[in-house]
Amino acid sequence: MIQADSLTKYFGPIKAVDGVSFEVKKGEVLGFLGPNGAGKSTTMKTLCGFLTPTAGSASICGFDIVEAAIEAKKHLGYLPEGAPAYADMTPRSYLGFIAGIRGLSGAARRQRIEKTVALANIASVYDQPIETLSKGFKRRVGIAQALLDDPDVLVLDEPTDGLDPNQKHEVRKLIGEMAPEKAIIISTHLLEEVTAVCSRAIIIASGRVVADGTPDEMEARSRHHNAVTMKLDKDAMAAAEAALKKLKDVASVQSPRDGTLIAYPEGGKSIITAVSDLARSKKWPVEEIYAERGHLDEVFREITQTAA
Amino acid sequence: MRNIWTIFKRELRGYFATPVAYVFLVVFLAVAGALNYFVGNFFGREQADLQAFFVFHPWLYLFLVPAIAMRLWAEERKSGTIELLFTLPISLPQAVIGKFLAAWAFAGVALALTFPIWLVVNRLGSPDNGAILAGYFGSFLMAGGYLAIGACFSAWTKNQVIAFVVSAAVCLVFTLSGTQFVLNFLSGWVPESIATTIGSLSFLTHFNAISKGVIEVRDLVFFGSVIVLFLIANSIVLDLEKAE
Repeated sequence: MIQADSLTKYFGPIKAVDGVSFEVKKGEVLGFLGPNGAGKSTTMKTLCGFLTPTAGSASICGFDIVEAAIEAKKHLGYLPEGAPAYADMTPRSYLGFIAGIRGLSGAARRQRIEKTVALANIASVYDQPIETLSKGFKRRVGIAQALLDDPDVLVLDEPTDGLDPNQKHEVRKLIGEMAPEKAIIISTHLLEEVTAVCSRAIIIASGRVVADGTPDEMEARSRHHNAVTMKLDKDAMAAAEAALKKLKDVASVQSPRDGTLIAYPEGGKSIITAVSDLARSKKWPVEEIYAERGHLDEVFREITQTAA
Repeated sequence: MRNIWTIFKRELRGYFATPVAYVFLVVFLAVAGALNYFVGNFFGREQADLQAFFVFHPWLYLFLVPAIAMRLWAEERKSGTIELLFTLPISLPQAVIGKFLAAWAFAGVALALTFPIWLVVNRLGSPDNGAILAGYFGSFLMAGGYLAIGACFSAWTKNQVIAFVVSAAVCLVFTLSGTQFVLNFLSGWVPESIATTIGSLSFLTHFNAISKGVIEVRDLVFFGSVIVLFLIANSIVLDLEKAE
């Protein structure tokens, strides 16, 4: 439902977005990752028709964002970075304005507004000027604005920025609930968010897509993927380290601190069964043993730094 | 049409949501009244018309209309709501026209609130009410011209103060170009035709004609063209610079 085709945007001589292509289907939640200034927001602004692409094209539900801008925008709900809103309005008048622009009227208008207010949980501040609201409520008013017309495509630029952990959880839950019916893009620099809500992630660095895959696939690129961490008695450390090194598929063994051993697998293979079997047969006094999924932040750092 | 109306309503309500609107209305009415009574010698003239009132309008608008116009786009840019506005399903001209009409309506409210002076002049004598109506009409039209200029420069910056100063300066050029002072200055070294053209761009000349009760097509066309041209310029500036 969202299609970007070699999207390119220059600001004067500066290339902010450089040939970004991707597709988001119904039911997918795409996470946009990247360091600050990598071109995430510019890509989103271009995708949503605020900026005109220098080259390439984008379409929402089959409508070209430049050629059929109005039609495309009818299918789009967009939360710009920082959730800007008319400060002197109340959520009531603000949502009323958006409903007017979206062509909602009568019973449909009342129903959609009621539903959105409940979804975004802003009933308690419904008649307060937006400028007096806390950051969390402002963000939720912004999300309500994007959701109002129940659009097929949602583009949310840092939807959880500035929210407390409870609010973050709520917003992620909300995105998760809507996901099956929509195509959603969110940008974030919180990697845990990607694992929590995204079905796919794209890493952008210097305006280019440098990685595209599911969060699991990304984690699998980590050195820590399937690494086994074991906590055991100090006395058994030396023997265990030596035995682990000889184990098949173990690439290296490290001891970051006393009482902890980490075995890194060869090529990301699963070694947890072999390691635990070994520990049991040797009767090591193991207090804790677990396999890692991989560190997304490490993958992120590696990819974005080599690209930049 | 519906989108223009929606934008118009929001914008007009925006004026009254803050104390700025009321401060503006009070200042406008006070200054318009004061100029009329003290400088224009409304009573001393002993004439049952509003010439002393209308003659100051170009000078009053010079500073007050850019004050209405400055927030139109500069504020949208500063707060980032411009990004919101232009990712909603509306076209650029709809937004430009809706906002301009809201500002114009606000100026119209300010102008309409000067009605007590019309009551006074009708109480004291029997003026030509047709001419007075024409004066109000001309004044409103001229306000639209100044507003279109102000809106255009408001779109050009995110700083309202810069928007105000630049549009006031441009409005001043459009006002002064018809004065004897400028025409004398030009005569002799600038070709006659160019001097006449510059003179004919003056809001003063066109407004004075209407305010005397003479509504001529060329004056209407003049203000209409100024409004249309500056609104087109407004759209172009927005399209080019909205990302800044």
